[in-house]
Amino acid sequence: MTIAARSAPTTTSFVPGFAGLACAACGTPAPAGPRFVCDRCFGPLEATYDHARAGESLSRETIAARPRTLWRFAELLPIDEPPPDGLAVGFSPLLPAPRLAARLGLRQLWLKDDSRNPTLSFKDRNVAIAAARARRFGFETLACASTGNLAASVAATAAVSGMKAVVLVPADLEPAKIAQAEALGARVARIDGPYDVVNRLCLELSDEFEGWAVVNVNLRPYYSEGSKSVAFEVAEQLGWRAPDAVVAPIASGSLYTKLRRGFDELAAVGLIETPNTRHIGGQPAGCGPVATAFGTGSDTIRPVARPDTIVRSLAIGSPADGQRSLALARGSGGSVEAVEDADTIAAIRLLAETEGILTETAGGVTLGALRLAITRGVVGRDDEVVVVITGNGLKTLDVIVDGTSGDVIEPSLDAFATWALKEGVS
Amino acid sequence: MTSPVRDGGPPVIRVRIPPVLRDVVDGARQLEVEGATVGEALDALFARFPALRDRLTTDGQLSTFVNVYVNADDVRHRDGLATAVGATDTVILLPAMAGGSG
Repeated sequence: MTIAARSAPTTTSFVPGFAGLACAACGTPAPAGPRFVCDRCFGPLEATYDHARAGESLSRETIAARPRTLWRFAELLPIDEPPPDGLAVGFSPLLPAPRLAARLGLRQLWLKDDSRNPTLSFKDRNVAIAAARARRFGFETLACASTGNLAASVAATAAVSGMKAVVLVPADLEPAKIAQAEALGARVARIDGPYDVVNRLCLELSDEFEGWAVVNVNLRPYYSEGSKSVAFEVAEQLGWRAPDAVVAPIASGSLYTKLRRGFDELAAVGLIETPNTRHIGGQPAGCGPVATAFGTGSDTIRPVARPDTIVRSLAIGSPADGQRSLALARGSGGSVEAVEDADTIAAIRLLAETEGILTETAGGVTLGALRLAITRGVVGRDDEVVVVITGNGLKTLDVIVDGTSGDVIEPSLDAFATWALKEGVS
Repeated sequence: MTSPVRDGGPPVIRVRIPPVLRDVVDGARQLEVEGATVGEALDALFARFPALRDRLTTDGQLSTFVNVYVNADDVRHRDGLATAVGATDTVILLPAMAGGSG
């Protein structure tokens, strides 16, 4: 790894904080490379940082002067330098949500609208970092196991990076998500099985297909760090503080746990006070292994063999970061809520009719989880709450409406008046 | 299904070894061991390559960072290490990619 000399800062005054990989279980360091498993104990590798060094060029003032992308916080991301090109990822708006807050009985509610990324989901953050690394490591193909959003992100990011894209998805994925990835130029492999089977296949092929960067497998230590940038931005947008509670969906549990890592790292470099944030997670009731363990007080996360939910993007039966998610929920005073599909749809409609934001099913689970957390007293009226909206509703529109339904009306005033009366809009 | 056996003993099954573990099995991608269950097969493997046991177990328990499959099935969806295996089966060891318990 190259490290900029302290006495000779680059023109962008960037001093990388990234300090290589280390095993999350046994601590054994590993050099930066396309690896994700500890040689010594088979545990997962993760990125490490020199916070003192990162803090040298990270201040509220230097950050404020930078472009509004996720590279704003490059010192705390696993890169040697921000890439010169790529999609415009990150710095999504933190929107006040007064009408939704009133309906929920909250005083301060914010929506981190990450559906406003280039491919309409937060995954662009993870893929931007993985792609920067993949090019540096010399890979030619960007690949992934995806529940949908990641597929489109890999497709678009590969295109702008001059790489090929191959995405593996469960065959029963929403047509809109497959179409988005295909239209962006990816070769889509529809695998006969649920996500966990697709993921297992990706683990096997990452050993055999040289030249393939499987972003959420052999580049996972880099890929997963992208989610921290959501927390970095939320803290900056709140005026340099962490909220009382943050609500996010749990699929693998990576986003959910990295939000805390992000707040903690900002505190480590002195940009915010030590966070005291409660972390609320949402899972669909039909695939909620972490929610089940949380609800029953168990330390064991039992994998779900056959997810049964409309929320396909959260249908991961064996979440990689499940144990960490459980520990974070308990340790932070938060919770992991199981949201029924009907409540997910109701939450999507509530968000749409109060704030004019159409989110995908995972967003419905997230908002549904907040409602449950309020009911159970995990979140109170005076808490400042941030809800992370991870994806756009056009991707899963089929669960909400059938755009072709409804009467065709004769173009006359009489016919229209009759229709308006029937619909109750007159 | 009854499995073919050799000399009346347990069936011979294949175990696929991921790259990160091949240095302790003389570079082998796949090995053959005897065992009527996943646990027996792994025990036979560990007896041959004690360094593999050190890598994959803690206090006699298989590490939570290892996922074990019989063909395409996660053994946690079957009978765990007691899952029966036959001569046509392949046991696959893969990293769980889990973020640890902390």
